[in-house]
Amino acid sequence: MFYAWPFATLLGRVLQPSSVVDTLTSPGIGRVIWFTCWQALVSTALTMAIGFAPAYVVARYRFRGRRAALAIITVPFMLPTVVVGAAFLALLPERWHGTAAAVVVAHVFFNVAVVVRLVGAMWAVLPTDLTAVARTLGASPARVLRHVVLPLLRPALYAAASVVFIFTFTSFGAVKLLGGPSHPTIEVEIARRATQLGDIDAAAVLSIAQLIVLAVVVWWSARWQRRSEHTFAAGRTTRRPRTRSERRVVAVVMATTVAAMVAPIAMMVARSFRTSSGWSLTPWRTLGANEVRPGISLGVDPLGSLAVSLRYAALATAISIVFGGLAALTIASARRHGRLLDTGLLLPLGTSAVTIGLGMLITFDTAPFDWRSAWWLPPIGHALVAIPFVVRSLLPTLRSISADQRLAAVTLGASPLRAWWEVEVRRLPGPLLSAAGFAAAISLGEFGATTFLTRSGRDSMPIAIDRLLGRAGAVPHAQAFALATMLFVLTAAVVAIADRQEVVDARRA
Amino acid sequence: MLDVRDVSLSFGGPPVLQRAALQVPTGDVVALLGPSGAGKSSLLRVIAGLLVPDSGSVWLDGSDVTHVPPHQRRIGLMFQNEQLFPHLDVAANIGFGLRMQRTDRATIASTVEELLAVVGLHGFGPRRVTHLSGGEAKRVALARALAPRPAVLLLDEPLTGLDRELHDRLALDLAGILRATATTAVLVTHDHDEAATIADRTVVLGADMT
Repeated sequence: MFYAWPFATLLGRVLQPSSVVDTLTSPGIGRVIWFTCWQALVSTALTMAIGFAPAYVVARYRFRGRRAALAIITVPFMLPTVVVGAAFLALLPERWHGTAAAVVVAHVFFNVAVVVRLVGAMWAVLPTDLTAVARTLGASPARVLRHVVLPLLRPALYAAASVVFIFTFTSFGAVKLLGGPSHPTIEVEIARRATQLGDIDAAAVLSIAQLIVLAVVVWWSARWQRRSEHTFAAGRTTRRPRTRSERRVVAVVMATTVAAMVAPIAMMVARSFRTSSGWSLTPWRTLGANEVRPGISLGVDPLGSLAVSLRYAALATAISIVFGGLAALTIASARRHGRLLDTGLLLPLGTSAVTIGLGMLITFDTAPFDWRSAWWLPPIGHALVAIPFVVRSLLPTLRSISADQRLAAVTLGASPLRAWWEVEVRRLPGPLLSAAGFAAAISLGEFGATTFLTRSGRDSMPIAIDRLLGRAGAVPHAQAFALATMLFVLTAAVVAIADRQEVVDARRA
Repeated sequence: MLDVRDVSLSFGGPPVLQRAALQVPTGDVVALLGPSGAGKSSLLRVIAGLLVPDSGSVWLDGSDVTHVPPHQRRIGLMFQNEQLFPHLDVAANIGFGLRMQRTDRATIASTVEELLAVVGLHGFGPRRVTHLSGGEAKRVALARALAPRPAVLLLDEPLTGLDRELHDRLALDLAGILRATATTAVLVTHDHDEAATIADRTVVLGADMT
């Protein structure tokens, strides 16, 4: 209900031709669409190019610290966009702020993990003998790459490129913080029209248009992935680097990648101790105080936002686990229609957070459903963003349980209900904990939907960071970095718990 | 003539090859026998250039090729489990080596046709390699290895995984094809009958190899 209804309202708004025409011909909109497309394309191309070397090293070699390096490379992908934005504001020199280059650099940082994980996973099972045979047939390493490796990696390359494109196309937090007012993407423009100009119609048109573009991209990439699939006998191919040049390649690629992942975060932490009068603990010490100087209030309560965020995260996690869990159980048991339901739940996954926020804003603003000021509205928005992820992480486990196992339990004397409990539910705590971790991480960092649903005085951490960065002065900025550091630690901790559980499950299996 | 001189190899652990030596005159087919783990496959990889030995050298027709990369050695290798390129059809698999030599399309096409006839797979060119039977896949792999006319062809247990009847027929075919194309070859196997059928001479690795 909380998804379909706002969505229908949104559609209702768009289905007036005049507003579509008005929006698409309004001044400046061409520039917004153009910038959204080219920054997404450039970000995707750069991410693919930069992620390629670490993907290769991780796929082909075993070395000390491999697991740790892989974990560090994966962290940025799980980070709140606002933290990434803040980290790059801290890292990049002032004159880069508000440039398209800053946006692209942050996007690459954010998404390299997608390429390393997806392409690396496929590369790791590509038999080394296949490339060896190409060498003996007279192909140089470069031509082996071009004629054998790249064609066979194509499904993973398409998958990674489409995921990165979708994320960068709908990027909100990083673009808002780094791109400044001169570089809005469609996503930022939707938020600006809706919250600053009150032009809800235009915002609705834009978000539906964006949804259509994303649907086309998803459909297209799925088609290309299917077409480019080839079967080969998968092998485990990692080995220790043998020659000195191999060792050098491994060391240089991994050191560079890890350094590039750590630098922005380290810089952000450092900047949280930096005020106009040098290094100081003041930004951290004043986090709890609402006034910078007596009588001057920031209008932002940094420490209060921590409490708000934790409360939101707890509620959003509970909601998304309950509904996501039920949805996953339904999809897994409704085998034949499962695919349809599965796709149905993918829709919110493809719907950008800003669209969800907008839909909820325009739906729940009229009596008797005027819930705009209800404190529980933002966590529901968070849960909507998180539920598809929860379903996705629970489904594989549920699908792996065959009906035979339940029947076996029944023949052993268990009542159907008992069998369901013993066979299905008791398998779930592990995956459920992972799913809860991801849901909590998503809620903690949620920025797009919250922008629409937040009430001042009850800012969550990402909103507070954004507001603080908008204030003038070294102390608020340092406070923003301090708050972003706390958000980073929180998110990393939650993800680490979830991830560890996954490792444990993988071992058990 | 292929001349392997005192090749030693270890992967940082116990030695895989210790002062291995082997001489194959041009046009000869030598079978390399030995228990599993004797380093037969590793020796083939050293000869092909896929592994660099810790010491010793590989000579081909009078020049030292120990440090020449595999794609410039003109030594072909047929793997135990074919390793056909799944994204290419039969003809493109066989023509791969010629394409790497930048041979023109017409020559590639006619050579591929000839080789398909040689290995008894006339008309198989446009087929997908994932739809071949075990014996057909091995024939395609052989044709692919022969296409660039390697100075030496290395065969790493080329006939394992086939049933007895097919194995024997293919062994005879292989012997005939190697003679007809006057190919210098090293055959790794653990089957004495197979070695006797295909090779002119048998060498046992792990024993004295001179």
